[in-house]
Amino acid sequence: MAAEILAESVYYQYSQAKDLALKDINLRIQKGEFVAIIGPNGSGKSTLAKLFNGLFIPAKGSVRVDGLDTRDRENIWKIRQKAGMVFQNPDNQIVATVVEEDVAFGPENLGVPPEEIKKRVYEALKIVELTDFDQKAPHLLSGGQKQRVAIAGVIAMKPDYIILDEPTAMLDPVGRREVINTVKRLNREEGKTIVLITHFMEEAVQADRVIVMNRGRVVMEGTPREIFSRVEELKEIGLDVPQVTELAHRLKGRGLEVRGDILTIDEMVECLCPLL
Amino acid sequence: MREITIGQYIPGNSVIHRLDPRTKILITFAFMVLLFVIDDFTGYAFPAVFIIVASLLSGISLKYMIRGLRPLVVIILLTFVLNLFMIKGRVIYEVGPLDITYEGLHQGVFMVLRLVMLIVGTSLLTLTTSPITLTDGIESLLKPFSRVGVPAHELAMMMTIALRFIPTLMEETDKIMKAQMARGADFSSGNIVKRAKSLVPLLVPLFISAFRRADDLAMAMESRCYRGGENRTRMKQLRMTYADLVAFIATGLLAAGSLASRFIW
Repeated sequence: MAAEILAESVYYQYSQAKDLALKDINLRIQKGEFVAIIGPNGSGKSTLAKLFNGLFIPAKGSVRVDGLDTRDRENIWKIRQKAGMVFQNPDNQIVATVVEEDVAFGPENLGVPPEEIKKRVYEALKIVELTDFDQKAPHLLSGGQKQRVAIAGVIAMKPDYIILDEPTAMLDPVGRREVINTVKRLNREEGKTIVLITHFMEEAVQADRVIVMNRGRVVMEGTPREIFSRVEELKEIGLDVPQVTELAHRLKGRGLEVRGDILTIDEMVECLCPLL
Repeated sequence: MREITIGQYIPGNSVIHRLDPRTKILITFAFMVLLFVIDDFTGYAFPAVFIIVASLLSGISLKYMIRGLRPLVVIILLTFVLNLFMIKGRVIYEVGPLDITYEGLHQGVFMVLRLVMLIVGTSLLTLTTSPITLTDGIESLLKPFSRVGVPAHELAMMMTIALRFIPTLMEETDKIMKAQMARGADFSSGNIVKRAKSLVPLLVPLFISAFRRADDLAMAMESRCYRGGENRTRMKQLRMTYADLVAFIATGLLAAGSLASRFIW
């Protein structure tokens, strides 16, 4: 069985819309990868995420998770267990009135035995570093904490893939950092495959691979370094590049000998010091 | 709103808190029925003692529970006054065209006692049981009826979601109110009609947002493999213990005692 999410010539259209939301998407996300998907508003990135766990079914083409086709309704629960999803609004995805109960919601739905659920809940809370919050009411937590509860709820289902649909869009900078650090840890330490949809370029830089979408199509694909060195192209479709990359690009434009693919402040420092 | 103690949960770890929610719900029901069955003062000594003992065991003071009656004072007074004047019998005092009768006084006091004990007794249930446990208890008790079409799991799920979103929607109401006030909306002056009308710009955005949240939540629940109550397990299992047995026996004795008392006296 193939251990990957595979999208083959996928087309998708919303029922009332005139235009296609997604056109001819071909993607392969391999187990263990950390993939970021970026794109301007309305580029289809959220739609794509919902195709990955069978919330939406492609109008044409196919999406397969570990070889299971999302068009086959019999696979749907297996697929959703394998590919967990975290949404944008932290308030609208927490079901229960107590943190531990919410984390237990997924495994309860899967019919996991009570003792095993308890074990999974505490493991999941440990991974997101919220062990002391198990008895708290969700509405008393900060945005970043709520989002980590949502992530724990997904981890407790033991998925291989975790799809995060703009999980930091509604958070403050502190919450954003908490969530991104958790996501990185899930990838590096727990070996989870991450699909992170975001419009923060600094987050995309952390990924192994970046996919750029525009108007329902995949327009670029590559390592963050490859993608963000194409500053002009990204700007054309209305995307930003990380601040340091932008700075490097401008310095280069002024004739300074700076690499065009700088992604972090440290790299910038290294690059500038010899010039002084 | 803050003053209402009925329906509020006070966290604790007393014997009463730890009873199975099903036990507490069933006993509360039995207690309510009993209050309506008993029709004399001596019989009421039993439920009164029951309330006092339960409150001592729960660690929640009677004073606190009685304070919970405050929002209902009008109803209680009305009950008393209506009974006082409406019941015919031996006249003991005349107020203008109205007569106060001995029977009226008796009935009035009796009804007030019944109401007070009803409210205090049932509030003990919610004071000592967290909403989520209460919901679990209701679901479990209704489960046998799901075969005849009672949607036990769905009702419990609705209650849980309602409880979960009350604080969220309150926060949102507050935010919308402030936003509308910043743009000159006036919620607090004028007569009733005017005030009701001023709520429209508050309710419309609140409803729209509630529907949007419902849509999001449905999608999140589906993503977490929610497909109704079938084949679902629960992390927390309800379990009856020795204490539950004792509670049932005590309630049984109380019922027997209060019913027997009318023959003894």
